Amino acid sequence: MKQMSQELSLADEITEKYGDDKSNLIQVLLALQKKYNWLSEDVLKLVSQRLDIPLSQVYHIATFYKAFSLEPRGQHLVSVCVGTACQVRGAAQLLDRVVEALKVRPGETSRDMRFSLETVNCIGCCALGPVMVVDGEYCGKPTTKDIEQIAAIE
Amino acid sequence: MPRLDSLKTFESFRQDLVAGRDPQKTYITICSGTGCHALHSDKVSQAFEQALEKNGLSGKVGIRRTGCHGFCERGAIVSIFPRDVCYLKVKPDDVPEIVSKTLLENQIVDRLLYEDDNGQKVMHEKDIPFYKSQNSIILGNNRYVDPQNIDDYIALGGYSALAKAFFQMNPELVLEEVKKSKLRGRGGGGFPAGTKWETTRNAPGDIKYVIVNADEGDPGAYMDRSLLEGNPHCVLEGLIIGAYAIGSNQGYVYVRQEYPIAVENLSVALEQARQYGFLGKNILGSGFDFDVAVHCGAGAFVSGESSALMTAIEGRVGEPRSKYIRTAVSGLWEKPSNLNNVETWATVPLIISKGADWFCSIGTEGSKGTKIFSLVGKVKNTGLVEVPMGVTLRKVIYDIGGGIPGGKKFKAVQTGGPSGGFIPEQLLDLPIDFDELTKVGSMMGSGGMIVMDEDTCTVDTARFFLNFLSEESCGKCTPCREGIFQMRKILNRICEGEGKEEDIALLEEIAEVVKDFALCALGGSAPYPVLSAIRYFRDEYEAHIHEKRCPAGVCKALISYYIDPEKCQACSICLKNCPSQAITGGKKVAHVIDQGKCAKCGVCLEVCPSKFGAVTKHSGAPQALTTGR
Repeated sequence: MKQMSQELSLADEITEKYGDDKSNLIQVLLALQKKYNWLSEDVLKLVSQRLDIPLSQVYHIATFYKAFSLEPRGQHLVSVCVGTACQVRGAAQLLDRVVEALKVRPGETSRDMRFSLETVNCIGCCALGPVMVVDGEYCGKPTTKDIEQIAAIE
Repeated sequence: MPRLDSLKTFESFRQDLVAGRDPQKTYITICSGTGCHALHSDKVSQAFEQALEKNGLSGKVGIRRTGCHGFCERGAIVSIFPRDVCYLKVKPDDVPEIVSKTLLENQIVDRLLYEDDNGQKVMHEKDIPFYKSQNSIILGNNRYVDPQNIDDYIALGGYSALAKAFFQMNPELVLEEVKKSKLRGRGGGGFPAGTKWETTRNAPGDIKYVIVNADEGDPGAYMDRSLLEGNPHCVLEGLIIGAYAIGSNQGYVYVRQEYPIAVENLSVALEQARQYGFLGKNILGSGFDFDVAVHCGAGAFVSGESSALMTAIEGRVGEPRSKYIRTAVSGLWEKPSNLNNVETWATVPLIISKGADWFCSIGTEGSKGTKIFSLVGKVKNTGLVEVPMGVTLRKVIYDIGGGIPGGKKFKAVQTGGPSGGFIPEQLLDLPIDFDELTKVGSMMGSGGMIVMDEDTCTVDTARFFLNFLSEESCGKCTPCREGIFQMRKILNRICEGEGKEEDIALLEEIAEVVKDFALCALGGSAPYPVLSAIRYFRDEYEAHIHEKRCPAGVCKALISYYIDPEKCQACSICLKNCPSQAITGGKKVAHVIDQGKCAKCGVCLEVCPSKFGAVTKHSGAPQALTTGR
């Protein structure tokens, strides 16, 4: 309960900052996603009230764009680039190995909430391909050992 | 910093700025674009700061963190000016040696120089073969500019095109110059920019918008990111000039949220431009008002389409609409809106300063100027390449790109993003030109150039593109939503070894419908990869369908790994590394792969010591695989 009200007061701050201009909806949701690592139903309801936009429309946006997660994300975000250049350099095989090691499928969060895995379509580091990003740290051409080390982080 | 409120103030500010800069002062330029950032260029920068401090050089030697220099394969790149020494693959541990040898003793650290195929070392960045054949009129300035310091841009001559447009020309003359230049959009459509500007300018209404499309969604393309990260002011200058010509007082930059460094550098650039008076009210005392807002994308490829992008700026879902009324006439909030790509805007200041005639002297009849490409995939020199239109694909891939690594054979180059076609070897002497690329079943697109070798399967790659486009389709129109989905299903079956006789004809039939009737270019160009793959690599499709064989050895359902018992030395490295525990064997017992458990990950092939070479990959005719005989 306390956490929820904390969430909402922070969400309040963000919606306050962007004012009541409905065209800011996506920017507001991006800021909230960045802050909380996901968008809860309560947060979405608050945004709907603040911007006077029907909740269905808020959900339309939240489900249309990949940046938003409607479920809590894990502690560590692992992104595997599956853009064409990485694809040609074996991104599909890399993804398989990462799924195996982290025990989580793309778009999902591991049961122990340690990892969320996503695929991204080009982060512009094609020279390093295939690339994965772990908590913002880039890892090019990861070896089996690199993947094992990542799987072992707390 | 006082606002530059007139042309005179601006010009005298620039003169003082340039006079106050010692051209002989040593600057250590560290490429800090996302690619080199991923190779720890930030730690290299910190190491330089510490080393300079330690050696008492902090006041005498400058450090400049710049955007992308282009040669991403050899990052992190450090160039020292004015000496003009270029060091490649620099790591933080190399820094003390660079400082003591190059800065203090005036010696070169040979091992960090580029070495050509004959073992010759190359000292100057411009002499490196990768750069020699390029014509970096737009991207080249990245190496001289700290994107978070507007003074660097001004010292190079930045914003003088703006001053010329405002004080030596007028909006009509600016428009005429851009039309005369025959500049075509660099985002994919290749539409004449001047014509679009004119339509927007002439559309009824006082409120007009200009927009920068920095949503760069094509996988494998990162040219726009590097321009926005490395030299945001050149894009802004072009945008302000365009706004002036069109009669717009409000601009937007729509940038992917996946580009955090670009977003940050752009925000800093906007703030500094406002402080100096290049944005806001009465720019340079001209009477023209203009400002820019930034809007971040949220991860939707389709929102990079012009009408979808404008809808996203309005805070709605970024879905395209049919354009029988062009966005130049009715766009953002139903006002006339001119949208151009980052690179298109970045080209405008050059056209204004040097003139349309100069611009037309570069390139071909139908495609003027230069184009920045991201040369990626199976090529030795991955990076960003800027060449005049008309240069051949062969030159880009071999002279600049260094050819295919690992002694492999070139198979195709895929241009134009996920909707572009495959260009085979026999067409490598094709000049790079909007219309020439379209004629052969591909397109210029935003400039992605993905090189593929003999180990790439065009069936699998076409499937990959259709998967991508299927996920990214907004779903609004049936041809795209259903057509791409069905094509994807057919290709999946072919790759799984369940291809049917009639599949190729069916793919072609669906492709024609999708191409002609989809609402926007996502659907409209989605069939191109499949159609061009069937055109140039039909035998590969037939092998998958009739022989259940993947010639490139990629499609998992059609390949298998095999351990040759004659060559196996029972070292057990493969056994220990197999993630599926599919290998059995023991001391002095040849190892065997259980095909039922094998996940086709390829680790065994990777780890088998090359002196044994016992593991091979096969496709087509089955081997006696489980018995090891």
